[in-house]
Amino acid sequence: MTDLPRASDLGLIGCHVCRLVCRDVKGDNAVCPRCGSVLHKRKSSSYTRTWALLIAAFMFYVPANVLPIMRTVSLGDVDDNTILSGIIELWVKGSPDLAIIVFTASIMVPVLKFFALSLLLISSQRGSKWAQRQRSKLYRLVEFIGYWSMLDVFVVALLTALVQFGFFSQVEPLPGVVFFGLTVVITMIASMTFDPRLIWDGRDFDD
Amino acid sequence: MTDDKNIAEGLPEPVVQRPRINASLVWLVPIIAALVGLSLVIHAWSDAGPTISVSFQSAEGLDPGKTPVKYKSVVIGKVTTVRLSEDRTHVVAKVALEKSAKSFATADSRFWVVRPRIGLGGVSGIDTLLSGAFIGADVGQSQEPKDDFVGLESPPPVTHGAPGKTFDLHADDLGSLDIGSPIYFRRIQVGRVSSYHLNKDGKGVTLQIFIDAPSDQFVTTSSRFWNASGVDVSLGADGLKVNTQSLATVLAGGVAFQDPPGPHDASPAQENDAFTLFNNMATAMAPPDGEPRYIRMRFSQSLRGLTVDAPVEFLGVPFGRVVSINLDFDEKTQTFPTIVGAVVYPARLGKAHDKLMALAKAQGDDEQMSQMMGRLVDHGLRAQARTGNLLTGQLYIAMDFLPKAPKVEFDGRAKPLEIPTAPGDFDKIQQQIADIVSKIQKVPFDSIGNNLNDTLSELHKTLQQVNGSVLPEVKTTLQGAQKTLGNANNAFAPDSQLQQNLGGSLQELQRAARSLRVLTDYLGDHPDALLRGRRADDKPLQAPLPPPPQDAPTQGSKP
Repeated sequence: MTDLPRASDLGLIGCHVCRLVCRDVKGDNAVCPRCGSVLHKRKSSSYTRTWALLIAAFMFYVPANVLPIMRTVSLGDVDDNTILSGIIELWVKGSPDLAIIVFTASIMVPVLKFFALSLLLISSQRGSKWAQRQRSKLYRLVEFIGYWSMLDVFVVALLTALVQFGFFSQVEPLPGVVFFGLTVVITMIASMTFDPRLIWDGRDFDD
Repeated sequence: MTDDKNIAEGLPEPVVQRPRINASLVWLVPIIAALVGLSLVIHAWSDAGPTISVSFQSAEGLDPGKTPVKYKSVVIGKVTTVRLSEDRTHVVAKVALEKSAKSFATADSRFWVVRPRIGLGGVSGIDTLLSGAFIGADVGQSQEPKDDFVGLESPPPVTHGAPGKTFDLHADDLGSLDIGSPIYFRRIQVGRVSSYHLNKDGKGVTLQIFIDAPSDQFVTTSSRFWNASGVDVSLGADGLKVNTQSLATVLAGGVAFQDPPGPHDASPAQENDAFTLFNNMATAMAPPDGEPRYIRMRFSQSLRGLTVDAPVEFLGVPFGRVVSINLDFDEKTQTFPTIVGAVVYPARLGKAHDKLMALAKAQGDDEQMSQMMGRLVDHGLRAQARTGNLLTGQLYIAMDFLPKAPKVEFDGRAKPLEIPTAPGDFDKIQQQIADIVSKIQKVPFDSIGNNLNDTLSELHKTLQQVNGSVLPEVKTTLQGAQKTLGNANNAFAPDSQLQQNLGGSLQELQRAARSLRVLTDYLGDHPDALLRGRRADDKPLQAPLPPPPQDAPTQGSKP
C-alpha cells in the first residue's frame, strides 16, 4: 500500500492502555501481559457499536425534541417549552444571540454529530480514500464539540435550581430533557467507540 | 519484511483469555431506545381524545398550543389551532380534548372564553389576568356526539346539573338587572338571573332566574319577588325612607324575594313557575290590590304639600294614591277649588271590602256602589287633606267619618265618583290657635306688670327698714340676754360663793334646829329651869361613858 509498514504488516499490536507493543497472535482474546487490558488492532467491533449507539441516540433525539424539556411558571402562567419552541420564543422575545447559541448547541451540534458519524462510518466501511485527512479532522471536531451539546441540560438544571419562587416564578424540568441528555451521552459514547484509524485503513480491515 | 518479523520476535506475547461478551449485544441499546420511543408514541396515541372545533366572535386571548380548556378548573384539553372562518365573521378554534374528556364532545356541551371581567357585580376570572384566558366548558346530559360548537360570549350563569330550580319573573322593565344579577333571600344570595327576554307583545320583560338548592325550597307559591336594585329614597307624607338591599345591589341590581307575612300557602313552587317582579318591597308585600277605582275630590282650601303619589288612607288604611291635582275655577264663588284625582284599591280594605261588596250585591246596588257610598257619606264620610309630616308639610288624603260634618249632597251617578271633602284638621287647629292668640293679646300685661313692679319696690323698702333699724336692736338685746345667762351660770356653778354660802347657812340652820330641840327637851324635863335657870349637872353614877365620836356629839350636845 504505502512505503511505510503498518503495525499489522509487522505482526505487531499496541496496547491501548499502557502502550506496550506486543506480537500479534491473530487471536481475538489477547490480553496485554503488562496491564491486562484487551489487545486489539482496532477498537473491537467499532462499526457495530458505533452504528448501534448512533441509531439509539437518534431514537432518543426524536422524543427529546418532541417532548417539552422545561416548564416555566411565572405569575401563574404555565409555559411548557420544547427545545425548538424555546429557541423560537427567545428569538421572538428579542434575544436572537441566545437563540442562536441554543440552536447551535441543541439542534445543530447533535444533528451535525449524526451526520458526521454516519459519514465517517459509511465512508470508512466502504474503504473510501476520499478526503481522509478532512475526515479525521471532522472526527476530532465531533469528539471536541460533544461536551458542548449538553448546554440545554445545563440550562434546565441551572434554572430549575435557581428559579424557585413559588407562584411568582418557577422552572421545572420535563421528560424531554432526559431524552436530550441521553442523546448527547450516547452520541459521545458513539464517537468514542469509533476508531479513527479505520478512516485510514482502506479495504484492509473490514472489522 | 523479514526484518519486521525479527522485530516482532523480541516482543512480549499477549495472554489469551476465554472469549468475552459478544459485541453484538450493543444492539440492545438502540432496541431499548426504540422501545422507549414506541411506548411514548403509544402513550400519546392512547391519550389523545376527540378533537372539536368551537367558534367564537373573536380570538382574543386564544393562543394556539397554549390556551387550555378547563372544566371546574381541571384542564381537559388544549387549543391546537385558531383560524378565521371561511366567511370571516368569526374564528374557529380547534380543541384537542383529553381522552378522559370525551364526554364533552356531546350535543349540549357549552364553551366560552374566560377572560377577566370586571363588572359592577364583581370581578371574575381574575386569575386569567396572569395566566391568560382559557376556555371554560360545561357538559350536559346528552349522549349525542358532536364536534362542532358555537362558543358563548359570556359565561353561562347556571351550569348544567347544578341543583336548584328555575323560575320566571314578569316585570314591566328590566331595570338595572342583567344576566348574573343576584337573587337574595333574607339578604343572602341564593341565585341569579340566568336570562331575560322581551315579551312578544313588547309590554314587559320576562326574566328567568335560577335559585340554587337547597334555597329553592324557600320559593313558595305565594312568594313575592321585588327589585332590590338601587337606593329607594322616598320623602313622603310618612317620612323619609331609605331602603337598600346591599351595596352590591345598589350598584349592580338584584332581586329579592320573601314570603308575605301572615298565613299563606307555603308549599314550594314548582320548576318554571311564574311570578311578578314588583318594584319594591312595600308593593310586593302589600296584599293584592285588586281592581283600581278612580275617585275625585274637590277641596276649597290650599293644598300646598299635596303631591302626586301622596297616599290616600281610609280610616288609616293605605287605600290608594293621588294621581292628579288640578285647579278649577268656580264662577259663582269666584274661588279656585282644587280637584284631586286619586286611584284607590278597595280590595286593600280586605274583609270590610268583601262585606260591603256582599251587602251591596244583596241590595242590588250598581257597579259603583253609589247607594252604599251615599249612605256612607250620610254617615259623615269625608275626605280631608291632612298633614302627614309636620316637618315637611306633606299632605295626604284621609277618608274618615266626621259625624259633625255638615250635610252635603252626594251624586252617586257621577263618573268618576266624587267624595265630599271637609276642611282639614290642621286648618281648624290653625283657626283655634289664632283665637287663642287674640284672646291672649287682650290680657293687660302692661298694667299688671306696673302694679307688680310697685308692690315689689314697697317690699324692698320694708326689707331695708328691717335690715337697718330692727336688726341691730335685736342684736344688742340678744347680747344682754347672753350676759345674764352667763351670770346665772356663774352663780349656779358648784364652786360659786353663793352656793357655798347657801351650804353654810343651811348647816347653821340645822344646828339652830338641833339646839332648839335640846332646849325644848330640857325644858320638858326641867320646866323650872325657866325660873331658876339651869341647875348644875348631876354627878355621873358610873364611870363616865366612853367619849362619844368627835364631831357628831360636839355638834349635837353643845347648845
